[in-house]
Amino acid sequence: MRILLTLLVKEFKQIFRNKVMIPIIFVVPVVQMILLTYAASLEMKGIKMVVVDQDLSQASRLLVSGFSASPFFEIVHSTTSYPEAESRLTGDRADVILHIEHQFEKRLYAEQETDLQLVVNAINTTEAGLINAYCTQIVGEFNTQIRSEWFSLDASLRMSSLDLKPSFWYNPLLDYKIYMFSGILVILVTLIGMLLTALNLVREKEMGTTEQINVTPIRKYQFIMAKLIPFWVIALFELAFGLLVGRLLYDLPMVGSLGLLFLFACVYIVVVLGIGLFLSTISNTQQQLMFVAFFFMITFILMSGVFTPTDSMPQWAQKINLLNPAAYFMRVIRMILLKGSEFRDISREFFSLLVYAVLILILAVTNYRKTT
Amino acid sequence: MTGTLEHIIEVRDMVKKFGSFVANDRLTFHVEKGEIFGFLGANGAGKTTAMRILCGLSYPSSGEIMVAGHNVYHEREKIKRKIGYMSQKFSLYDDLTVSENIRLYAGIYGLGRKEINTREAQLLERLGLTHIKNRLIREIPLGWKQKLAFSVAIFHKPAIVFLDEPTGGVDPITRRQFWEMIHDATLEGITVFVTTHYMDEAEYCDRVSIMVEGRIEALDTPAGLKQSYESRNMNEVFLKLART
Repeated sequence: MRILLTLLVKEFKQIFRNKVMIPIIFVVPVVQMILLTYAASLEMKGIKMVVVDQDLSQASRLLVSGFSASPFFEIVHSTTSYPEAESRLTGDRADVILHIEHQFEKRLYAEQETDLQLVVNAINTTEAGLINAYCTQIVGEFNTQIRSEWFSLDASLRMSSLDLKPSFWYNPLLDYKIYMFSGILVILVTLIGMLLTALNLVREKEMGTTEQINVTPIRKYQFIMAKLIPFWVIALFELAFGLLVGRLLYDLPMVGSLGLLFLFACVYIVVVLGIGLFLSTISNTQQQLMFVAFFFMITFILMSGVFTPTDSMPQWAQKINLLNPAAYFMRVIRMILLKGSEFRDISREFFSLLVYAVLILILAVTNYRKTT
Repeated sequence: MTGTLEHIIEVRDMVKKFGSFVANDRLTFHVEKGEIFGFLGANGAGKTTAMRILCGLSYPSSGEIMVAGHNVYHEREKIKRKIGYMSQKFSLYDDLTVSENIRLYAGIYGLGRKEINTREAQLLERLGLTHIKNRLIREIPLGWKQKLAFSVAIFHKPAIVFLDEPTGGVDPITRRQFWEMIHDATLEGITVFVTTHYMDEAEYCDRVSIMVEGRIEALDTPAGLKQSYESRNMNEVFLKLART
């Protein structure tokens, strides 16, 4: 125990003597939390639309006004020539073309139906999907309005139309910032914890001081614990700091128990740091380590469900995700913060990670070689 | 210093292979308690490899090896309690102070706080480093670092201290002082196992072995070696051996 204490004193002194450490702990997270939360938005504003109105009727104007009134759309150009609009789309100066053909109003009135063309730039599929959804909504509103104005006599028709009023649980205003922020917090804790721990051990290997340590009677578990504990404390602090920033900047809801969140984080961070230490036992230089660690980290983060729900991944990907600690924490942090989940709701994730933590630590300790 | 004294290191037919390359070819020798044993050889002769095995940092391929009464195959951790080691690469922490380095290694060997305090003060006094005890290692000159590294390696009073080219890159005056420190250590009963390729330093050793291409070609007192190779100094002995 005294030996471990001696080593911990050494590690803490070295960490805080390192001049880049304080910025990494304080500045990087704040920048990341502010920048990424806004940048990683799934909400779209200012979609550039070109209107090709070849009808120039009352009905077509009403439809176009629906788009211009929407905060999501910005009508960048109006024309009567379709080829001109298309050249804007191909020239990347527009995201979507709304094409209203000649006799739009007339046909709508006479035949009660007509065609409307929407051309969407679908290079970014998520974006295209969203544009389509927004457009459908506006056209739907136009439809209801036309019906009630033109055919208002037929009251029964109005009555029978379905009026869907969704109620969004756990995030009533669909504030993407709250959703993204909790995810980014997970990425942050993972990134800082795993990288700092792994780099620290490999750096000692590079400097040759591990050789001096290996020739002493220090036990392997003591050495590994001394490398783990400081960064475990730092990562937990980072989580607390991040939650505070979230509270202040985004009014991040904290419906569930923070104690439960930290209990879970305690185990999660051991897993992440354990993986970092394991990677550092198989790398000899910081460069090697960075390559390996980046591979793991990017895979973990992209598959964690930060952007896309893990449930919609293919079955095999979901199986792989059982080994992805970030996927567990991503789910649990949102469950606790937004939904107020209790221990019994997250117990499966909790115990899975606990087993994971024990296994990865055993792996890291046994794989650390005092003798080669 | 020869004869019936206790063998603190006993090596018989030690072999270390890296693939098909034989770094140590059936080394057989012993080191007596309390002596300064010089382990000489050109670069790449296999000195460091052999030393790493004796310290428990590397596995031998075969051979019988006992260090401080323990077997290197099964009792490496017991050996590590009884030895000190100063590596070729720099072994103190650059970003810790002189005092912190001393206290770290003392703590690792489980010395008590009181004992550490008194012995640290004595050591700093003897080295004349008291005024810079709170300076970072990276800020002090190489010569001081080497002397400090040696003192740290024997701070826990080991039975044997292994020094791997301890005086590399150090000026002649500091080298001389360094060897005085080595001599002082033997007066405290510490056996010294030292590798070097400075032949003048070999003269300070009680016995010297000379390695050539993984084998021990000669082993005797410096005076004995000079006599059998009809040389005036160790440098000539070495050149004669290395050329044959």
